[in-house]
Amino acid sequence: MSQHTESVVAHKHPSDFVGAKIGMWLFLFTEVLLFGGLFLLYAVYRAKYPVDFHLAATELDTFIGTVNTLLLLTSSLTVVLSIEALQRGNRKLSIGMLATTILFGLGFMVNKYFEWGHKIEHGLYPGSEKLLSHSQGEITFFQLYYAMTGLHGLHVLVGMAVLGGVLYFIARKPVNKEHMNPTILRRFQGAARLAVISDNGNELGTVARIDEDVRNIDIRISYEHGEKRFDPRNLIKLENSALYWHLVDVIWIFLFPLFYLIT
Amino acid sequence: MQHEHHDPAAHEQALHGLGYGIYILIWIGLVVLTGVTVAIAGVDVRQLAVLVAMLVASVKSTLVMAYFMHLKYEPPVFRWMFLVLLVTFAIFMILLFSDVLFRSSPNVLFG
Amino acid sequence: MASHAIVETTHEENYLQYKGRHGGLWSWIFSTDHKRIGILYMIGMFAFFVVAITLGLLMRLEQLTMGPTIMQPSTYNKVFTLHGVIMIFLFIVPGITATFGNFFLPIQIGAKDVAFPRLNLFSWWLYVIGAVTALVAVFTGMADTGWTFYVPYSVRTGTNVTLAVLAAFILGFSSILTGLNFVTTVHRMRAPGMGWFRMPLFVWGLYATAWIQVLATPVVGITLLLIILERTLGIGIFDPALGGDPILYQHLFWIYSHPAVYLMVLPGMGVVSEIIPTFARRNIFGYKAIAYSSVGIALVGTLVWGHHMYTSGQSYTAAVVFSFLTFLVAIPTAIKVFNWVATLYKGSIRVELPLLYAMAFIFHFSIGGFTGLMNAAISVDVHIHDTYFVVGHFHYTMFGGTVFAMFGALYYWLPKMFGRMYGQKIGITAFVLQVIGFNMLYFTMMVMGYMGMPRRYYDHLPQFHDGHIIATVGSWFLVAGLFLMIGNLVWSVFKGAKAEDNPWGGTTLEWQIPSPPPLENFDKIPQVERGPYEHTPVEVSK
Ligand code: HEM
Ligand SMILES: [Cu+2]
Repeated sequence: MSQHTESVVAHKHPSDFVGAKIGMWLFLFTEVLLFGGLFLLYAVYRAKYPVDFHLAATELDTFIGTVNTLLLLTSSLTVVLSIEALQRGNRKLSIGMLATTILFGLGFMVNKYFEWGHKIEHGLYPGSEKLLSHSQGEITFFQLYYAMTGLHGLHVLVGMAVLGGVLYFIARKPVNKEHMNPTILRRFQGAARLAVISDNGNELGTVARIDEDVRNIDIRISYEHGEKRFDPRNLIKLENSALYWHLVDVIWIFLFPLFYLIT
Repeated sequence: MQHEHHDPAAHEQALHGLGYGIYILIWIGLVVLTGVTVAIAGVDVRQLAVLVAMLVASVKSTLVMAYFMHLKYEPPVFRWMFLVLLVTFAIFMILLFSDVLFRSSPNVLFG
Repeated sequence: MASHAIVETTHEENYLQYKGRHGGLWSWIFSTDHKRIGILYMIGMFAFFVVAITLGLLMRLEQLTMGPTIMQPSTYNKVFTLHGVIMIFLFIVPGITATFGNFFLPIQIGAKDVAFPRLNLFSWWLYVIGAVTALVAVFTGMADTGWTFYVPYSVRTGTNVTLAVLAAFILGFSSILTGLNFVTTVHRMRAPGMGWFRMPLFVWGLYATAWIQVLATPVVGITLLLIILERTLGIGIFDPALGGDPILYQHLFWIYSHPAVYLMVLPGMGVVSEIIPTFARRNIFGYKAIAYSSVGIALVGTLVWGHHMYTSGQSYTAAVVFSFLTFLVAIPTAIKVFNWVATLYKGSIRVELPLLYAMAFIFHFSIGGFTGLMNAAISVDVHIHDTYFVVGHFHYTMFGGTVFAMFGALYYWLPKMFGRMYGQKIGITAFVLQVIGFNMLYFTMMVMGYMGMPRRYYDHLPQFHDGHIIATVGSWFLVAGLFLMIGNLVWSVFKGAKAEDNPWGGTTLEWQIPSPPPLENFDKIPQVERGPYEHTPVEVSK
């Protein structure tokens, strides 16, 4: 048994940030392919009904589409600025940028709401009589339109919620709480005591000896930092959520021309 | 194998940001490209329209991924994995079209 | 004990004794320990396996006589659907990956856990949620579409397809999370010195599998969602009445479901690649060829889905392309088989149950593979499509192959996982019963299929009567063997003789730590200095 018991505990929560990002990217791949299935269908039906798609697209409002594109593009900018700000220790700016991002997302959804509402008011929705009186290609166009922009909208909502969660983490008082729950008590029993040791190995203070009588160890330490300090775990949370947000943007970058610009 | 960044200061150094400026530049580029596609869609170029629109969309998403999503600055394994994704999707598309394009024609290979 | 001890071990609390904060059941279902999660999966999966075996048995009973024997036609439709759905989505897709993969992947690469332990627990919870959804679906009007949920029938039928499909969707999500966890684990968590070509071949199999899970599953996810949308919101993307194309449903379904069969079998091949060198006491022949062929199979496996659709109305051109590509899969598969056999050649072979199961795997999988080539040939397939031939073929690959490999893994790793040996005599009896029953059942089915017996029929014509009797009797042997084995294993886990740390003389890392493994696997992350299968040569007297 080694003396460096503290490293054993530290290993329990390794923070491999590159690994975390690989995991996130792989998750994004699955999102790409989820939409990918719909893009495959779109491609096939477009090839099958080029004229109908063309006609149906004229019913969509290019102006709203363009505004929404700009909203998402700008929100991608603000979220990346939020990361940069956090890296530079400017928590206030970071929080501001993150909030702006969420607001842009909200703007996108409000637009979407009116756009869909308008269509539905005019009787253009899946299964409606008016839609069914259109040609087959037009019906398919609108079904794809609702399925794809609907799924995308859902992703915008999820993205906003996730960014909101990160916002909460960053905005919390910069207190670092370490919570050690030594998993294998026996490793410590009789063979360990708690101490604070400086970087050069001097023992600054001894707290307690862990003898056979100890039943459970639960150590909580919280450090209060100055404003600039941030928890690196918040940074990776922010970066990964931003990746998700960008992906939602990238998908829209393709949806926009495919539905609004093929008139 | 693994590098553990327990020290926030070390972490800050490892992930040095690119500065605000470059992101704003990229954003301007993206807005301009959006303007371009919308403008071209107004002009009547028929068949070319979809092609151009897709091309512009690809450029835009490449910019987002390379800079906003940092793909350009990550270790190569990220780009390799991304390549796997692209190849997979291309396979799906090509093989699917080997069906739908030739539905009404006889076997074009051994016709 | 292994001759090269490169891992320092101390005898401390093992993962089974660990109580955690809450103890009892909570310390299991909220544990992020990869070993416990592996066992949780195993319990759930085997429970469903037993249910689905019973359904299979009932189907065979129905075919014992002509006309209704024990059920009505509509019941038969539900029974084969449920059997298929359980076997595929709740048993074989999580399969070896979620059980032995979870348990041994980190250990074999010298890590303390997977990359994302909490995500791992979450994916088990998703499995449970998916399973519960499936159960609710069963009791609210089980779907009768077959496990493939083909449109337009799946959109029109009055049975509760929506919930069954939702269950499959949730289970797919669970599988995706396991996959991305494993890819990241292999990339980031290998111990120092554990280069890519020092990884055990089981890890290679899991790695290739994990990529399929990540890249193929989302496609079926969206396809299943679209069925739900068609049924609930009237979005008819596949509905011919609304301008949709039902063949596209089949495309998207098989874009996932064909790679899925490799996702089932690759870990099984990995297991065989572990068992054979251990029991031949030889370094594996053609390590790199086997490793690359796993990746090769995963790649080629994404190119061939159209072979399920020769009679669907897809274009002739596509059929020819898919047929050609399908034949290519035989190459990486054969590479593996040849290398396994070559490893046995001149090995000092010790015949134990794991090896017997590995041999059965090779035998059955070869039959499954060859009949697969028959299916791949368009002209033959037009004749045998949707007959018992296909049912026999895929049971040979999935059951005779993957599931037998899984049983081999159970026997091989049981001593490590629980520190207990299995009962040998009963084990061998069960094995013999299984092999005899299996071949009686499915070989006969293939012959009947070739003669024209269609699948998914609850009844048969007089000329198939004898065949059905043979098959049904075979199923009795088979099921007897299965229950005997499961009972024996459960008994062994609790009452078996104590096992040594390395009863087989295995060389991979899991054999160098205590049985059962300590909570964190390794006291100190090992430094790896050699390949996975370097056995000390055994002196043979001339
Ligand atoms: C004792 C074990 C088993 C028996 C007796 C059995 C028997 C059967 C029978 C009779 C059918 C239906 C044939 C038809 O009428 O079309 C069937 C279908 C099927 N079996 Fe099994 N089977 C067993 C194990 C397995 C295993 C281990 C798997 C997968 C790992 C599996 C997967 C399937 C699938 C996917 C279907 C197709 C269901 C459908 O048509 O939708 N079976 N099985
Ligand atoms: Cu297939």
